[in-house]
Amino acid sequence: MIYREAGQYKTTYLNDSQIFPIAQDRVAVALLLVVAFVAIPLFATPYIFSGILIPFLILALATLGLNILTGYAGQISLGTAAFMAVGAFASYNFMLRVPGMPVLLAFVLGGICAALVGILFGLPSLRIRGFYLAASTLATQFFVVWCLTKVPWFTNNSSSGVITAQQVEILGFKFETPQQKYLLVLAVVAVMALLAKNMVRSTVGRSWMAVRDMDVAAEVIGFRIMKSKLTAFAVSSFYCGVAGALYAFCYLGTVEPEAYNLDLSFRILFMVIIGGLGSILGSFLGAGFIVLLPIFLSVVVHYTGLPNSVTSNLELMVFGALIIFFLIVEPHGLARLWQIGKEKLRLWPFPH
Amino acid sequence: MKFRFTRLLAITAVAASTALTGSLAAAQEQYLPLLSYRVGPYAAGGSGFFGGMIDYFNLVNANGGINGVKLSWEECETEYNASRGVECYERLKSKNGGASVVEPLGTGIAYGILDRVATDKIPMTTLGYGRSDAANGAVFPYVYPLITSYWSQAAGMIKYLGDKAGGMDKLKGKKIVHLYHDSAFGKEPLPVLEAYEKSLGFTLIKIPVPHPGNEQNSQWLQIRQANPDYVILWGWGVMNAVAVKTAARVGFPREKMLGVWWAGSEEDTIPAGDAAKGYSTMTFNTPGNYPVIDDIRKKVYGAGKGNLSDKDRIGSVYHMRGITAGIIWVEAMRNAQAKYGKGKVMTGEQVRWGLENLNIDETRQKALGVLNMFPTIKTSCQDHEGSGATKVQVWDGKAWKAVTPSWVMGDRAMIQKMVAESSAKYAAEKKITAACAAG
Repeated sequence: MIYREAGQYKTTYLNDSQIFPIAQDRVAVALLLVVAFVAIPLFATPYIFSGILIPFLILALATLGLNILTGYAGQISLGTAAFMAVGAFASYNFMLRVPGMPVLLAFVLGGICAALVGILFGLPSLRIRGFYLAASTLATQFFVVWCLTKVPWFTNNSSSGVITAQQVEILGFKFETPQQKYLLVLAVVAVMALLAKNMVRSTVGRSWMAVRDMDVAAEVIGFRIMKSKLTAFAVSSFYCGVAGALYAFCYLGTVEPEAYNLDLSFRILFMVIIGGLGSILGSFLGAGFIVLLPIFLSVVVHYTGLPNSVTSNLELMVFGALIIFFLIVEPHGLARLWQIGKEKLRLWPFPH
Repeated sequence: MKFRFTRLLAITAVAASTALTGSLAAAQEQYLPLLSYRVGPYAAGGSGFFGGMIDYFNLVNANGGINGVKLSWEECETEYNASRGVECYERLKSKNGGASVVEPLGTGIAYGILDRVATDKIPMTTLGYGRSDAANGAVFPYVYPLITSYWSQAAGMIKYLGDKAGGMDKLKGKKIVHLYHDSAFGKEPLPVLEAYEKSLGFTLIKIPVPHPGNEQNSQWLQIRQANPDYVILWGWGVMNAVAVKTAARVGFPREKMLGVWWAGSEEDTIPAGDAAKGYSTMTFNTPGNYPVIDDIRKKVYGAGKGNLSDKDRIGSVYHMRGITAGIIWVEAMRNAQAKYGKGKVMTGEQVRWGLENLNIDETRQKALGVLNMFPTIKTSCQDHEGSGATKVQVWDGKAWKAVTPSWVMGDRAMIQKMVAESSAKYAAEKKITAACAAG
């Protein structure tokens, strides 16, 4: 009833090829953007911005990056955090060494550096796949973090390998308060998510999916495997690189290479799995689940009045149990749950 | 349904009223956020340290608070993870009238909130870790690497090794291995060790151990081949016990090993068993028993308010370190109250002043029942470290014993010069004009 697309005729090609073909979706996305850009900044507290929303958006962007590679192109990667590190440290160096460098351009250049590293470490994917590829991307993770601590030039000769991100300033406007930083992060994430949504249904995106589903068949029907796989690595790493730069510039401020460790790579991989492989919405849902749920649990458990040594462990146990529960209920992730809900809404109130 | 609704209403009412009384009571209380970690690979350290802090706060409250101001605190689990730590800091900082001082006990979290504490005007203490150059209060007004930083510790190590060899000049031609955790933490002392290598003429062999360090055969083979006079073990977590055990297996005498203070707790030596006998580390607490610990046993654990579930850990290395941190916080607040009004709740800025003008001398230590438990501390704007002294302790198979009767002090002048240079570079990068705060 509410979610029915009957009567929405597409009479032009332009209409037919919209990003969101259903009118209700367009309204929902527009509403969501209005809420995120206008309502939330009006009402949220600094804690909500810098403790919850900023890390959520940044990790959602990184998840989106990995989802392009793993969900759409079918290449498993354990080096997500390494690509984020490349983005962050490259942006830092561009800001440091090029006078008058605009910060947004530095983010883009940082992303491009990450993309180049991604292409380089994506080369093995041409010969190996599956678990073996996962192991080889693990090398990226260790190599990048090792390289950043080893070569003092990357960290401007800081003795301990720690960098302090520069002030974020665009056209003379300084982004200082959590609210301003949130708006900047939101704008970047919104634009990039929209681009991703558009990209996955383009030729490039469809070539990724063909390679994912069966690479031999994809090659037979004329897709160039090398190009598809390497563009997937490049685009995915670009997204991760920008996320990493935002993580350093808009969230932590002062970062050591250790902040981009294997743990973070795994967390992002879990976000992809929980959220749903091959879904843009799933990236956000997965990031929300892994970032927000522990915080929510810790607040709830805190009010039980149990001693802290118990609550800390309880938090982890409940979190683990919930992950298992969701994976049993819906192995295809939260995005699939949403899709099922949407199907039901279409038929409601007359299900067959 | 109706019944359920009324019950819900009743619960809400009770919850609301307790929240109300809670906030009323908080008005006379000094609120302290605790970014603790009790799960994960570093839980042993976190639970001991924050247990020690809470035990000391309970003792202060049992004795009537700071000039009548009771302490209240709230914990948040960081899992030793930088982003969880930042979230916890943001969550706790404005609760109950605002936080006045914070201690994350983790390098990653400390870096994550380094810029925030200055904006929020909440001082941060980093006892024995974190940025060494934060000792310069003109550039880092809100950061306090109290007692000893990594650089002072490295200087203390070389001083101790020199004394052991019979004089600093005797180190010439010797070989010292720096076996370190391959991270920011392990690399922090390198500038100091390299400077000493140049001035004293020993050979420094740097051997990194990748995280987490549960496999060190190749590193120890390398050490065996180099046959060094001393091995400095700059480790953390599981790496320490493995290093000690591997040293025993390849037959390297533990007496020639000197650990950093994060490698010197019961949690590091007990898993290594007999292999740890004779192994020594740096520390900033003299192991032993003190009147304050007896007080905690009697008044806190006696009243059933003790924070450690295992009473054998009372007075252990991490617990004592937590008590030390608690004492420093309380002394800073007492100090601030003396200036800004006794019996009042202090703000972050006021506690900052208290930390910057700290003077815990031997008379004060005696009054607190902690004489010689930690070095005397006297801070100023130029010196947020306040001491720089360390002690060496040795594991006798059952407990830690102090080796050096007095406190070991490295080359203070050299460290201060390095702090000045490094913090000036930071100030230039961040465009901070270095200046001491007035008042």
